[in-house]
This record gives sequence, structure tokens and C-alpha cells, in this order.
Amino acid sequence: MSDQVVLVEDGNLPNFAEDLSELRTRRFFLAAAGAAGILYTAALAYPIYRYLASPEEMALSATAVTEVTLKDAQKLPLGSVLMFKFGTSPAMLIHHADGRWIALSAVCTHLGCTVQYEPQADRIHCACHGGVYNPYTGANVSGPPPKPLKLFKVAVSEAGVEVSRA
Amino acid sequence: MTTKSLTTSVYDWVDERLGLSELAAFARHKTVPVHAQSFWYYWGGISLFLFLVQCFTGVLLLVYYRPGAEAYESVRQITFVMHFGWLIRSAHAWSANLMIFSILVHMFSVYFMKAYRKPREFGWLSGMALLGIASVFGFSGYLLPMDELSYFATKVGLEIPAAIPVIGPAIANMLRGGPEVGEFTVQRFFALHVVVLPAIFLPLLGFHLWLVQRYGNAAPPSEEAKPAADRKSIPFMPNFIRKDLAMWLISLNVLALLASVFPWTLGRQADSLVPAPAGIHPEWYFMSPFEMLKLLGNVLPGESGEIAGLLLFTLGIGLWILIPFYDIDKPSGQHARAAHYFGLLAVFALLATTAIGYWTIR
Repeated sequence: MSDQVVLVEDGNLPNFAEDLSELRTRRFFLAAAGAAGILYTAALAYPIYRYLASPEEMALSATAVTEVTLKDAQKLPLGSVLMFKFGTSPAMLIHHADGRWIALSAVCTHLGCTVQYEPQADRIHCACHGGVYNPYTGANVSGPPPKPLKLFKVAVSEAGVEVSRA
Repeated sequence: MTTKSLTTSVYDWVDERLGLSELAAFARHKTVPVHAQSFWYYWGGISLFLFLVQCFTGVLLLVYYRPGAEAYESVRQITFVMHFGWLIRSAHAWSANLMIFSILVHMFSVYFMKAYRKPREFGWLSGMALLGIASVFGFSGYLLPMDELSYFATKVGLEIPAAIPVIGPAIANMLRGGPEVGEFTVQRFFALHVVVLPAIFLPLLGFHLWLVQRYGNAAPPSEEAKPAADRKSIPFMPNFIRKDLAMWLISLNVLALLASVFPWTLGRQADSLVPAPAGIHPEWYFMSPFEMLKLLGNVLPGESGEIAGLLLFTLGIGLWILIPFYDIDKPSGQHARAAHYFGLLAVFALLATTAIGYWTIR
């Protein structure tokens, strides 16, 4: 707008300055109204955003969990599995036939389905897209999974099994 | 291509298919009369705005609300656990009250301006139906938190259909989902409140608004009597819509202020074994009929009073709804005056019984 060519007739020169100040006032008003509008909208949007984000924030405090105690889980028979929640996400505790205790994340690293331990085949299988993991190390063996399952530390005691972040 | 020519070509593309310029031309020719009573024209728009607020905050509440046995717990969670949940709930409750209020103002302004006369009879009838549905919205929504007050309000409110001779009890049981107000009642009131009522309300509202587009704002008879040259009007676009939107903004500010400064409370969980709290009373918009029934009960005790009350209400509301067919524009003006006095009587009766109602709580 400012680089428009202004044609001024003779004797109209003083008006130029007036027009300019009017233009400035107008611009200032529009900028102030725009800023007020943005602030107003933000004041409405903020509580709505926080309201809708509440569960996410609650989950955030739950994922901060670093260890879970599974009461009486030491009684888990050989060759069987116990599903539990580590924070908010599914995890599995496997008592292998050779007596080893293994705890892993049960969330497939491909697209997030919950995986299953198959004792006969001695593997961890994801039914969604056929991913297969090693039930001792969590390593991705075949199928689409790009990464191994996360392994947890396990401590077995008289009272239960304690699973913690490795 | 510059931004401007891009905008024009997009507009032209859409216009060719949807006929936007016809709509714009229609909007340009629409005018709104300007006179001493023009202020009342805003109240229909305010009601519409508050309805939109209801839809919006209602959907937000729906995100966490759980009907049935967990109803109270979920509302407690919304109010005390979720961030700003108290504000959303408070805005929904306040906006509901303000909406009923503005619909009432709108109705009485239409009544006294005689805006129900030919050709606007359907506008009046659909408006009355919308008010009726709005009060059912209010009644059903009131139960959803399942606290003490909602429990007793619903219990008492359902005694009204129960008083209808012969079929009354069956109707009340059907609404209640059994002989007692409980989780089944909440569940079906919930379905009513968020599915059935909106499904009836929205098309009716569309019809109501379409009629306003078709016939425009009615001017009061005193204005109609003036010669055309003396009558003033402003274009709807953009002059009136600008003022209308300013009123919406004011309404939103009033609502925000009320909702945040006077947050809606949540009472104790409903329990049929706990006696009704002292001073319990209906919401202000149900106070008048409640008090009328009470007063009538003093004159005619027992069931006969209840039935007489119902008959009287039905008669009064019936006359009110049918006013366009009684008060037709006639030179003698006799019916017009009678309708005017009937309106004044209705306003007086509403205000007086409401005042008595609040007076006698103490």
C-alpha cells in the first residue's frame, strides 16, 4: 500500500500528510483488533485444549513408573506367561521351561498390536502382521518388526516378582 | 498467478457449482426494520448462539461423561479431575439457563409485536415447539449428574405426567425406566438428551430459521401503520449481522463471566435413603408452574387439585399456542387488544408465581 503512486493536484499537497497519518491510525487499529482477536481465541482455546489433553497428562505420570511388583507371580508355572501393565503399556512375564524368568514389553514394534507368547513354538508372535520375536532376548526374528521388544530386569522373591526398567 | 486472481478463480469455480453469488445477491437485498423496539430483534439470534454453545460444550462433556451406574462418578471426575472440566460443565449449565431466558424474551417480544400474524403463523408454532423441546432438554439434562438435586427434581417432575388419569402411571414408568429413578432413568434420559431431542430440535430449528429468511423480521403494528416513506430499515448484510455478532460476543462474555465466577456446583451423590434437603426447589424456569400447582393444591386438595391444575395448564398453553388464529389483523382491533391483555396477564402470572415460589422457600 505504501508504494502506491499518489497523484497530487496543485494545491492539494498538505492533504498528503493527513492521509498518511490516517492510514497509520487505521493500520494501528487493525493490528490491535487482530491481536485482541488472537488473544481472545487463545483464551477460549487454552482451557478446551487442557480439558481434552487431561488423560494424556495423567498417562504421562503413569509412564514415569520405573518398576512394578507382581504379587505372587513367583508361583507362575514353567512354560507359561503372565500379562501385566508396565505403567500404561502391556508387558509380559514369561517363566520359561528351563526355569528362566524373562519380562518384555508386549507392544509389537511394527504397528503397536499386543503380541502373544506361544510356548509350543517357543516364540513370540504378533497376529496382526505376522511378526516373530525371540522369547529370551526380544530380538525381532522375522516378519515386519523393525526393532526388538524392550527387555525388563526381573527379580524373583518369596513375595512376588519385581520388574524394572533395564 | 497472484493471490488475488487465485482467490477469484477459486471463488468462480465454487460459485459456478454452488451459486454463491445468488445467495450474496439475496443477502444484499434483505433488510431489517429500524424502530423503537428494534432491540428485541437480537434475542432470537442470542438464543441461536447459546444453542450453538450448548452443542459445543455438550460434545466436550460427552468426551468424559458416562451414563448409567457411573454417571455421578464421571461428572465428579469432569468437575474435579479433568483440567478446566468445571469450566466446561459450568458453561454448559449456565448457557442452558441463559438460553431458556433468551428464548422466553424472544417469545414475549414476538408476542407483543404481534409477529405471529399472517404469514408468520408457522414461525410462532415452530418457535413454541422449540421452546417445548428446550424445556425437555433442560429437564433431561438436569438428571445426568445424578446428584441429590437432580434425583429429587426428576422424581418430582415425573409426578406431573403420572397425574394424568388412567395412562399417567404407565407413561411415568416408561420415562423412568421402572418404578424408581435410578441408573436406567439416567441411561434413557441420556439417550433423549443427546440423540432424540437434537434429532427433533435441529430440523425444526432449520425450519424456523428458513421462515425468518423467507418473511423477514416483522415490524410491530404501530410501525406497520406508518406510511412506507417514514419506515426506516438497515441492510441485513453487513449492518445487521455486524450488530448481531456483537451481541453474540457480549453473550459469550456474559457467559464466560458467569461460568467462571459462579461455577456450577455438584451436590452429594443421589441416594434414595437420604431425605430431601431443606429448601429444595425447582429451577427458576419451572418455578412458576410448580407454584401454580401448589397454590391450586391449597384450594383443591388431593387428586382433584392435580387434575384441575393439569387441565388449567393445558388450556392456558393451548390458548397461547393458538393465538395467531384468534388475533388476526382486523380493523376493529378488539381481538388484538384482548390478545395484548392476555399476554400481560401471562407475564404477570409468571412473574408473580415465580416471586411467590422463591419467597416461600425460606
